[in-house]
Amino acid sequence: MAENLIDIRELKKYYPVHGGIFKRHIADIKAVDGVDLKIEKGECLGLVGESGCGKTTLGKTILRLHGATSGRIYFGQSEDIIERIESLLKSENPEERQEGEKLLRQHDLTRLSRKNLLPLRKKIQIVFQDPSNSLNPRMLVKAIIAEPLIAQRLMSGKDIEKRVLELLYTVGLAKEHMMRYPHEFSGGQRQRIAIARALATYPEFILMDEPTSALDVSVQAQILNLLKKLQDEFKLTYLFVTHHLLVVKHISNRIAVMYLGKMAELGPTAEIFDKPLHPYTKALLSAIPIPDPKTKMEKIILSGDVPNPINPPSGCRFHPRCKYAKDICREVEPKLEVAEGRHQVACHRWKEIS
Amino acid sequence: MQRLIETRELYTDFFTFEGVVKALNGVSIVVNQGETYGLVGESGCGKSVSVRSMMRIVQAPGKIVGGKILLFLSKEDREKGIDILKRSEAYMESIRGNDISMIFQEASTSLNPVLSIGYQVGESFLLHRLDEMLSETIDTLKGEIESGVNIFSRLWKSFQIGMFRNELESYLKYKRRVEEIDRRLYELEDSEDSESVSERNHLNRVRDRLSKKSGLVEFVEHFPVLRRYRKKLNKTVRKHIIMLLEELGVPNPHNIVDRYPHELSGGMQQRIVIAIALACHPTLLIADEPTSNLDVTIQAQIVDLIKLLKKTTISSVLFITHDLGLVAEICDRVTVMYAGDACETTSVTELFEKPLHPYTKGLLRAVPKIDSEGELETIPGTVPNLINPPTGCRFHPRCPHAMEICSKEKPPTVEYSAGHSVACFLYSEKKDM
Ligand SMILES: Nc1ncnc2c1ncn2[C@@H]1O[C@H](COP(=O)(O)OP(=O)(O)OP(=O)(O)O)[C@@H](O)[C@H]1O
Ligand SMILES: Nc1ncnc2c1ncn2[C@@H]1O[C@H](COP(=O)(O)OP(=O)(O)OP(=O)(O)O)[C@@H](O)[C@H]1O
Ligand code: SF4
Ligand SMILES: [Mg+2]
Ligand SMILES: [Mg+2]
Repeated sequence: MAENLIDIRELKKYYPVHGGIFKRHIADIKAVDGVDLKIEKGECLGLVGESGCGKTTLGKTILRLHGATSGRIYFGQSEDIIERIESLLKSENPEERQEGEKLLRQHDLTRLSRKNLLPLRKKIQIVFQDPSNSLNPRMLVKAIIAEPLIAQRLMSGKDIEKRVLELLYTVGLAKEHMMRYPHEFSGGQRQRIAIARALATYPEFILMDEPTSALDVSVQAQILNLLKKLQDEFKLTYLFVTHHLLVVKHISNRIAVMYLGKMAELGPTAEIFDKPLHPYTKALLSAIPIPDPKTKMEKIILSGDVPNPINPPSGCRFHPRCKYAKDICREVEPKLEVAEGRHQVACHRWKEIS
Repeated sequence: MQRLIETRELYTDFFTFEGVVKALNGVSIVVNQGETYGLVGESGCGKSVSVRSMMRIVQAPGKIVGGKILLFLSKEDREKGIDILKRSEAYMESIRGNDISMIFQEASTSLNPVLSIGYQVGESFLLHRLDEMLSETIDTLKGEIESGVNIFSRLWKSFQIGMFRNELESYLKYKRRVEEIDRRLYELEDSEDSESVSERNHLNRVRDRLSKKSGLVEFVEHFPVLRRYRKKLNKTVRKHIIMLLEELGVPNPHNIVDRYPHELSGGMQQRIVIAIALACHPTLLIADEPTSNLDVTIQAQIVDLIKLLKKTTISSVLFITHDLGLVAEICDRVTVMYAGDACETTSVTELFEKPLHPYTKGLLRAVPKIDSEGELETIPGTVPNLINPPTGCRFHPRCPHAMEICSKEKPPTVEYSAGHSVACFLYSEKKDM
């Protein structure tokens, strides 16, 4: 079995909602609500799901851009330690639980101290959804790409310049682009700058938050091929968030489908495409626009209201929009269960409807 | 087909520190009434600059340096069109939003971070559909009075009705006056004698100074107690905002209207921007990658909504996207751009069945398909630098069919077959020279 680079357990992230005259805390937006996920070393895991279902939030929590509400994230920890901590935490004995908590502070990404976090920062990088927000408009491209190198004190002046140039070529830009500001580029060019910056520190894990949605297909193809090449070369691990399912299909080994803060389905790419089990995945796949004006696919249009993450539906969160929903779906929350091999699904009725 | 907007040989340059970026190299495109028109091409090829030029909102240091942009909005100017490059900024301001509205590419940057969602969408309603909002508010007030209320609230409601009627009247008067001026300006457009030039200048000045508000409304606004009458109008607007957000599939719209942009996910921000653009029922909707941040199910929903609106309120849609699947689904005609040139224009079926330009062919091969395996095909070479663009055909350094002439002359746009034009020497007679 492959080694896990990231092991996420019962992760939750709530955003508080304030209201009333005194801006009291009145409710929570349950952006990520109990997610278990393992990301293997050297794989590319595609993460798809409805917009607003918590993909970016999940990614940001892995990067510790904000704290988690509860749950644990192990980054690059050995299986033994994880199992030991997990069993300690579940133990009946309060002393053992306490010991588990103590261990967590050294091994759990969400609880690491600043000092212990710093060496990890260089191993984890992100490419954001909207490049215009993540690139500092007052910095030259050269400085933007060099920033992580300088912050991590990885190399000296001359080497930095060389590395920046090398990175620019890697992502298909040229030397003359070095001395420009981000607003002088088109959307797609900006995205490439963001990718170059993410690659700068030779990271182990890159979170790609819709890296190619601003790119045209030929550049997208270039970048996808590039990402694949880098993955093979440096054994990079990606978490690839996107809405473009054909892109996911092309680059990922496995796909995770999220719905309203929860995992709906998880499995190898080919299996998800050939045999989607969850009704939401089925709707998602049927809505892919086909690049051919003649074929008109039959789309499953999701009816019903888009659910509210403050007050998610009871039972299966998809039930108000699911045409297979039965009483059990309204009452009991389905757990992620193994359907076949590495294919998991969280649906009460997957057997009957597939 | 009746044209709606047309660019003729449009050149836009950016005067940057290292030199002039020649972003548009004579782009001629036509959007007809009633069609959905697609603009596709490599990132950085000038799609956004083209549409920004069409609305006259090119960012500094950019400037339109040549060409014409013709607008065929009302019945009278269908013959020769209005050259908007010659019009005043005030004219453009009334066009933007009322007749043409745009969904910008990067959603989060076009939202104001310190204003609530409701305020930003509401502004669009109040600016462009004030008359509808006012009449509807008057009707609800009338209904409330009829259903029986006590004497005080009856008085207050009648006062509100009076105020809204007054506001509506002055707004309609303003609209009529502007229309008159614009008609006259249109007649004067091409005459160059001193009399008409001075009349033109005069009219432009008058138009800039026209006020939408009546004296009475301005007077009442000095009294905070009375000013509260407008709350009712805001309620009407709020109802419409919530309806629109619901149509766009935004979850929990009642709560969203009071939130701020950074509290929304990327896709929701995108839908808010779409809502702002749709709120004003434009004749032409320019959508610069409106759905690239949305998942396919919501994308399908929004595409359906745009299709529906096209039947009712919007006449034409100019759609910029990288997703050729989406192009196949909704566009009638498509132009493919490369490095500032419009290289091929055709109907969507021809585009996929019989692409002519070598760049278009490359583009279509790079599309990931359901059944594709292994490496994706790419177009070799890099995107050209637009400060020193390649001579002749700008695609020639990457073109597998490049001939000698390609590096020397800019290929003319020829009509290869009816409705299918292409700018490439492979299809022009000059080839044999
Ligand atoms: N800073 C914040 N404050 C409050 N709510 C937030 C904040 N950031 C995100 N949310 C909410 O959390 C939920 C999940 O948002 P998230 O950005 O993770 O979605 P996403 O899956 O990345 O969607 P998209 O595909 O549209 O980017 C949304 O309902 C959003 O409104
Ligand atoms: N403010 C600016 N200063 C200098 N150059 C600019 C500026 N804005 C755009 N450009 C240049 O103009 C060209 C066209 O840009 P444009 O934004 O129109 O591309 P696009 O086709 O919309 O690309 P994308 O699909 O990536 O959004 C690019 O090469 C870009 O570098
Ligand atoms: S559990 Fe029920 S409601 Fe949920 S997806 Fe399965 S069938 Fe539909
Ligand atoms: Mg996101
Ligand atoms: Mg653009």
